[in-house]
Amino acid sequence: MARLAAVRDETPTARTLVLDVPDWPGHLAGQHVDVRLTAADGYSTQRSFSIASAPSGDGQVELTVQRVAGGEVSPYLADVFAVDDPVELRGPVGGWFVWRPEDPSPVVLVAGGSGIVPLMAMIRTRAGVGSRVPFRLVYSVRAPEDVIYADELRRRTRDDRGLDVAYVYSRQTPEGWPRPPGRIGLATLAEHGWPPDFAPACFVCGPTAFVETAADILVAQGHEPRRIKTERFGPTGPVASGG
Amino acid sequence: MGIVTPGFTGRPRPSDTRLPPGQYLTEDFPVLSAGPTPRIPLDDWRFTVTTELGGRREWSWAEFRALGDEAPTVDIHCVTKWSKLETTWRGVPVEAMLEDIESAADYALVHSYGGYTTNLPLEDLLGGQAWIVHEYDGAPLAPEHGGPARLLVPHLYFWKSAKWVRGIQLLLEDEPGFWETAGYHDYGDPWREQRYQGD
Repeated sequence: MARLAAVRDETPTARTLVLDVPDWPGHLAGQHVDVRLTAADGYSTQRSFSIASAPSGDGQVELTVQRVAGGEVSPYLADVFAVDDPVELRGPVGGWFVWRPEDPSPVVLVAGGSGIVPLMAMIRTRAGVGSRVPFRLVYSVRAPEDVIYADELRRRTRDDRGLDVAYVYSRQTPEGWPRPPGRIGLATLAEHGWPPDFAPACFVCGPTAFVETAADILVAQGHEPRRIKTERFGPTGPVASGG
Repeated sequence: MGIVTPGFTGRPRPSDTRLPPGQYLTEDFPVLSAGPTPRIPLDDWRFTVTTELGGRREWSWAEFRALGDEAPTVDIHCVTKWSKLETTWRGVPVEAMLEDIESAADYALVHSYGGYTTNLPLEDLLGGQAWIVHEYDGAPLAPEHGGPARLLVPHLYFWKSAKWVRGIQLLLEDEPGFWETAGYHDYGDPWREQRYQGD
């Protein structure tokens, strides 16, 4: 069982939930939890959410929930779920889409929208353990106001030469941005990722169409398909690994 | 019943008995896989059954397509909680492909293009419970859904229905596959909610 300790609004549609989870066993960056909600009449439903925080050792876990219009669970978690409310949580789950600090390979992270969440856990974990492994993040959003963790990413790239962040704006760019809005393409990943010669570990997370496109580009660039780990979510809400 | 989540009401519930515990209905068809989508030209496609005795049987695409198709309509259940009812497929029953093969195996390890594997007891592939399908909803199976051909084992969680299949390895001992070594349940019965190790 978990209890909501605090909330942070990240964007107009995304909210971070800070949960107190007694006996939390710790987790790896990229893993997720299953959240189970139960109504007063006994009806219950479950969804998976990526963990946003680095392992902290203080029994707290952060999830960032993107409100999906018409969704059954995300509007509840983002709007109704209140501090001190209890919720059933299971996890951590997933042993594939994870970054382990002992892996010395350079890392390229490719995020589409709220696909940033498990990748942010990797960025935070890297900083938390003092890793010098070079990370590059390519983060695609519709518009500037959709950037989750914008201030934190700005601060981290300023203070840390091992972390680069490049943005792709698909619908609307910031004022004065040198390029028109557009989808992620070969040129972006060639410029802001790592060349295949460096054998980076690639993590791609976002909506299905985005992940298909980005993973295809990485393969076309010459990255070994087995070095490209993907996590996709559909219109029914964020989900993680599975069949 | 679990602890009540304050203020949570949920959607109006369809009391559909075809829905296993912890699952919700979806109308679309989410794509879930661990890596990039492999593209396999039909000329290069092969399907191979190997046995614990070293036996081997291989089909080209043309040979596979010449086998007798069935057209199952089944409900599918993904471990990530969505279920989709009455999905329609076309493909070859696995039993027909194993018919002439001599083996004392009790287990199968299914292999896919791209390196994915999944394991299941051999008997779960027999008796009209499993197909190698090449068509979904009246059209050739799209690459992101496992085309040119995927396994369909609808009575188990859908990760067992391996996409981009290239063969079945028959084994005397159970050997865990990709998700089964990454924390997921070895068998994966949705009606017993066998999602993760320990369920």
